[in-house]
Amino acid sequence: MTAESAGVQPDSKGTIRVLQLYPRDMNIYGDWGNALVLKQRISWHGYTPELLEYNVGDEFPADVDVIVGGGGQDSGQLVIQDDLHSRAGVLTALAEDGAPMLAICGLYQLFGRFFKTRLGTVIPGIGILDVETHGTDERLIGNVKVATEEFGEVLGYENHSGQTTLGSGVRPLGTTAKGTGNNTSDGHEGARYKNVVASYLHGSLLPKNPAIADFLIRTAAERKYGTFTSGAPDDRYAVLAREHATRRPR
Amino acid sequence: MLYISVPLGKLVRRVSRLRGGGSALPGLVVEKIDPGFMQRTLATLPHGVAVVSGTNGKTTTTKMVVELLESQGLKVFTNRTGSNFTRGVAAALLGEVDWRGRLTADVAVLELDEAHAVHFVNRVPPRYSLLLNVLRDQLDRFGEIDKTAQLLQHVADKTTGTVVLNREDPRVARIAETLTGQDVQYFGLDDSLLSTFPNDDDMRAAPGSPAPAALPHKPAADVVLRKVGPDTADFEYDGATVTTGMKLRGVYNIFNAAAALTLARSICGGGAATADHATLLTALAQVEPAFGRGESLTVDGQPLDLVLVKNPSGFRLGLKSFPAGGYATMIAINDNYADGRDMSWLWDVEFDSLRSGGVDQLTGSRAYDMALRLQYDDVPIGGVQPEIAPALAAFIRAAKGKPKRIFCTYTAMLAIRRELSKITTVEVVS
Repeated sequence: MTAESAGVQPDSKGTIRVLQLYPRDMNIYGDWGNALVLKQRISWHGYTPELLEYNVGDEFPADVDVIVGGGGQDSGQLVIQDDLHSRAGVLTALAEDGAPMLAICGLYQLFGRFFKTRLGTVIPGIGILDVETHGTDERLIGNVKVATEEFGEVLGYENHSGQTTLGSGVRPLGTTAKGTGNNTSDGHEGARYKNVVASYLHGSLLPKNPAIADFLIRTAAERKYGTFTSGAPDDRYAVLAREHATRRPR
Repeated sequence: MLYISVPLGKLVRRVSRLRGGGSALPGLVVEKIDPGFMQRTLATLPHGVAVVSGTNGKTTTTKMVVELLESQGLKVFTNRTGSNFTRGVAAALLGEVDWRGRLTADVAVLELDEAHAVHFVNRVPPRYSLLLNVLRDQLDRFGEIDKTAQLLQHVADKTTGTVVLNREDPRVARIAETLTGQDVQYFGLDDSLLSTFPNDDDMRAAPGSPAPAALPHKPAADVVLRKVGPDTADFEYDGATVTTGMKLRGVYNIFNAAAALTLARSICGGGAATADHATLLTALAQVEPAFGRGESLTVDGQPLDLVLVKNPSGFRLGLKSFPAGGYATMIAINDNYADGRDMSWLWDVEFDSLRSGGVDQLTGSRAYDMALRLQYDDVPIGGVQPEIAPALAAFIRAAKGKPKRIFCTYTAMLAIRRELSKITTVEVVS
């Protein structure tokens, strides 16, 4: 499909195609917010957004520029597991090639090497990220503040019982200043690899952290068009929502 | 021990009331010194105990069941103060029993939240249970939707007589599959109304994709809600459809009336056999909304509706049931413990229906999260003021001469009612 045929505005800087991974089974926690923020900000930056969905059994779309996927409860993760493995090749190739991706919570775990349940069952991940996750009896719940070099202070809400350990092939998204993050011992949250951003944070993550949204959009534009020129999104509510969120209890 | 626990509990209740304290402390005291108190007292009821649980609609449904049973001449014990946990039940019991611990009632109808319902049924196996729905609510407390369904499953397992289930909620309807000894009754919805009840599974699903856990065959329902008019509803039972007036508004409230009817018919003996349907329907028509569940107050000679929103499906149903046209709108979002601290749920609600009229005022501790949410749905925003009192005053001032509607989370609603009670008549909630 050419950009023109997708109904691009005459003054559009180009089309950016956002693929939501498994929105039907992995959408437990406002994950739509991340897709919506990408869609709107792409357009506020002067590009034309195209939102695509990929669910179990669908044909995998060509020419994807950004991939975003979210949390599922255990039953949702079981439903998508086989399908995800059948798409491991294309997803890994995209990640290695520098495609920007956002993987939240359940998908973060499945992007790793494996998830070992409390009972010892090992659920293999697709290994894009050098991380492993171990199920625990303890649920980590509450507001989280993360200090990051790339995106400044990242705010969100965690709710997970899996604890993730990072291998040498990835670096953490940042250091937790409030809340737990990846696990109860290391004091960091999320993972970064190439242009993949993985995190436990809901909230949704992107609305109150527009720096991450803009990183994904900029990377997608540069990868596709060689350059990115930014628009001027009105972020005053994001700024105020961050100010108020940062004062809320755990 | 037995002889002193009730008088002592009553005394604590009286003292804590004098001090303006919470409703649960006396329950805690009596539970500590006399752990068998609740079970022993409730065991004396001729029609036993009915537990109402689920994510949405417990308060309104419990109120309806109580009023339906009272219309049949039964004396009903219920936990009216909204202390929907075990200790609250014990406290409510203390208020009702005489000094020797005797309860003069025919049946108890108790609203219990999912987690507390499990504790309660372990102590007091109910004769009836009514399980309304499992929706995304307070996941920060219960973890996952499937976990919540398991809690309700346990309530059903412990029920000794009849389990009443929502046929249209796959997670609830499926509870029947594992029940062995219990009688199961369903309440249901006409196919034409199903689309007004988007469930969490279809929330972001592609059009036409099935919910993952849908039942292969729809079982017959004892009561089916067939149609909803502006102030009427059609219910089908015993092979006939009857139309009745309704003071309740909002399709979801009226669907819960089908739930209440089903439970009331079961309690009144063998379904329809001994229930007097003319008085049942008259009672149903008279039920007023529970506080904050679509109740209408009067401010400056204009109606002001309070719509409680606790979770995405409730908010979406609220927006659908109470169209914005002609109304000034305020939204009040708090993130206290009782509201749920996670704001993710706001992103699972579509606010397109507010786009043309905009939202006049936002308030609550997460007013700016709400503003951000509306910005991304291109909904125009009037004022934003996290403090509820000045925001409410500004809203009422700016919307003079217009009917008003406030969508609010639980603790925001309590604060708004407190403010409103200074300028209009508001039922006091203890």
